[in-house]
Amino acid sequence: MSVLVIAEHDNAELKPATLAAVTAATAMGGDVDVLVVGSGCAAVGAAAANVAGVAKVLVADAPEYAYMLAEPVADLVVPLARNYAAVMAVANTVGKNFMPRVAALLDVSQISEISEIVGPDTFIRPIYAGNAMATVQSSDAIKVITIRPTGFEKAAAEGGSASVENLPAAGDPGLSSFVGEELSKSERPELTAAKIIISGGRGMQSGENFPIIEAVADQLGAAVGASRAAVDAGFVPNDYQVGQTGKVVAPELYIAVGISGAIQHLAGMKDSKVIVAINKDEEAPIFQVADYGLVADLFKAVPELEEELKKLPPA
Amino acid sequence: MKVLVAVKRVVDYNVKIRVKADQTGVDLSNVKMSMNPFDEIAVEEALRMKEAGTAEEIIAVSIGVQQCQETIRTALAMGADRGILVKTDDALEPLHVAKIMKAVVDEEQPGLVILGKQAIDDDCNQTGQMLAALLGWPQGTFASKIEFSDGKANVTREVDGGLQTLTLNLPMIVTTDLRLNEPRYASLPNIMKAKKKPIDEKTPEDLGIDTAPRLTTLKVAEPPKREAGVIVEDVADLVNKLRNEAGVI
Ligand SMILES: Cc1cc2nc3c(=O)[nH]c(=O)nc-3n(C[C@H](O)[C@H](O)[C@H](O)COP(=O)(O)OP(=O)(O)OC[C@H]3O[C@@H](n4cnc5c(N)ncnc54)[C@H](O)[C@@H]3O)c2cc1C
Ligand SMILES: Cc1cc2nc3c(=O)[nH]c(=O)nc-3n(C[C@H](O)[C@H](O)[C@H](O)COP(=O)(O)OP(=O)(O)OC[C@H]3O[C@@H](n4cnc5c(N)ncnc54)[C@H](O)[C@@H]3O)c2cc1C
Repeated sequence: MSVLVIAEHDNAELKPATLAAVTAATAMGGDVDVLVVGSGCAAVGAAAANVAGVAKVLVADAPEYAYMLAEPVADLVVPLARNYAAVMAVANTVGKNFMPRVAALLDVSQISEISEIVGPDTFIRPIYAGNAMATVQSSDAIKVITIRPTGFEKAAAEGGSASVENLPAAGDPGLSSFVGEELSKSERPELTAAKIIISGGRGMQSGENFPIIEAVADQLGAAVGASRAAVDAGFVPNDYQVGQTGKVVAPELYIAVGISGAIQHLAGMKDSKVIVAINKDEEAPIFQVADYGLVADLFKAVPELEEELKKLPPA
Repeated sequence: MKVLVAVKRVVDYNVKIRVKADQTGVDLSNVKMSMNPFDEIAVEEALRMKEAGTAEEIIAVSIGVQQCQETIRTALAMGADRGILVKTDDALEPLHVAKIMKAVVDEEQPGLVILGKQAIDDDCNQTGQMLAALLGWPQGTFASKIEFSDGKANVTREVDGGLQTLTLNLPMIVTTDLRLNEPRYASLPNIMKAKKKPIDEKTPEDLGIDTAPRLTTLKVAEPPKREAGVIVEDVADLVNKLRNEAGVI
């Protein structure tokens, strides 16, 4: 039995979430192969071959895979999947998009966003915004799985020596084409990879006030996130949203500023190691999950926090 | 074109759910049920297409127990034209739901099917993509904008890095994200009118779909509880504790 992990990358670099998927695949037992699908992605294939525990790397490098459109990617993965006991991808917006298409073409029930592996056919996944954890067993011959990277340690990026094999492309069915993208540019770390995150909510009142949060983020080397309310109100772009229907994060430190703590928000951050809440309402539900709560007006507390951090000697 | 909208009956998003003591599932007795919020957005999008002259007929489909009728009625009260209830008491997986939807699509021949990106109960985020696969149609998932021109559609999608726009051939599948639109409330006269709109009832057997489970839920447990921590004095106290107690900065 072996497992095929589909790598997360940007055609230049292998993303750390892939290392979490390798750990999850290893826990299922058997060999772990990694598939790199992309365009101009040879460097990613080489990086994947270095990951500890990987047996073989398959690289499908073709223009039609540049944007990971679900239709051509699924057509590529489906015949490969038939050689494996399981295929696994990270539950990001790419994996969530093409994996169910793969599952349906294989006539398999996908198991979404697992956070733990109990055995080769048994997995734990959160349901109801993480308010319940379901243990599910699959009877399908091929398991199609997406993982929550926050649930798994990362495999070592170095130390492996897998073989690399180039695959022919499977063609483009011509159902969809890429028009354009608007990506948020930021010097700060990505939300799902950051060690520290500071998020703002409706309490921020407007996008013009977010620089006070960004100033703290820059002191801490942190990523900036937001609640749905802050995104819906247009304070920050959609990719900042943390929660049940946004990104799921589990940093060392999560600082929630002007966020009340709705279950949909908690679903995305309650596995953080240390949670700080800054809110002027002492009854706010966010305080029930916070390790450290500060009842204060954020417009006073956040600039103060920046000043205190500036004074702090290096650790 | 004809538009099919999937509407799922789920536990209302405001309900604080409880895991059953015997760990067989979540206690759903006497809790408020509503239409999945992403499906309200799907219905709204179809209605706006009809108002703009792009859609002629809107059909709301729900799959599940008899009470899913209420969810269909909600869609009809918002403005959908008719409903289809595929009745079953079995627990369905997204693959089954997609197969049933495919059978309905084969009968109705819509130009577009809109579904929610995820149901807020099982959080699978699969059904629309599976339906697209089974039909061999393109998929515009996590949509925040849809525009039609020249027999194609431009769909803007919410992706991890920001927004991505694709051109998709018709017929196609769309799954809704939160910012596609703000769904309307049904007015009282429309709620009354909806009572007279037709709802067709079928079963998975009528459609020839096998719903034998592939997944077995062995256990449903409470997640580990987080203990509330301490309230700090002031910002200096917070920074001190983060540095010297938690060691995270
Ligand atoms: C289908 C669905 C999916 C959803 N998905 C998500 C999701 O993925 N992520 C998400 O976050 N939400 C999600 N939500 C929304 C969620 O239910 C809440 O509405 C949202 O999280 C509230 O955001 P908030 O805490 O910023 O705003 P509010 O609840 O309005 O809280 C604002 C807080 O700011 C505090 N405040 C105000 N002014 C100040 C000040 N000057 N100083 C200090 N504190 C101040 C207030 O005391 C209050 O606690 C979803 C909802 C639905 C229905
Ligand atoms: C192990 C297991 C146990 C289950 N137990 C129960 C149970 O006890 N009771 C019960 O009622 N169900 C049960 N279900 C079924 C479950 O509630 C869902 O119908 C199914 O798993 C689809 O998942 P989802 O809704 O998260 O799909 P998603 O892919 O997240 O849904 C996306 C979208 O698909 C559409 N959609 C999905 N399902 C339907 C539907 N039924 N009708 C119309 N549109 C739909 C909606 O537009 C929705 O927004 C169980 C499922 C599993 C796998």
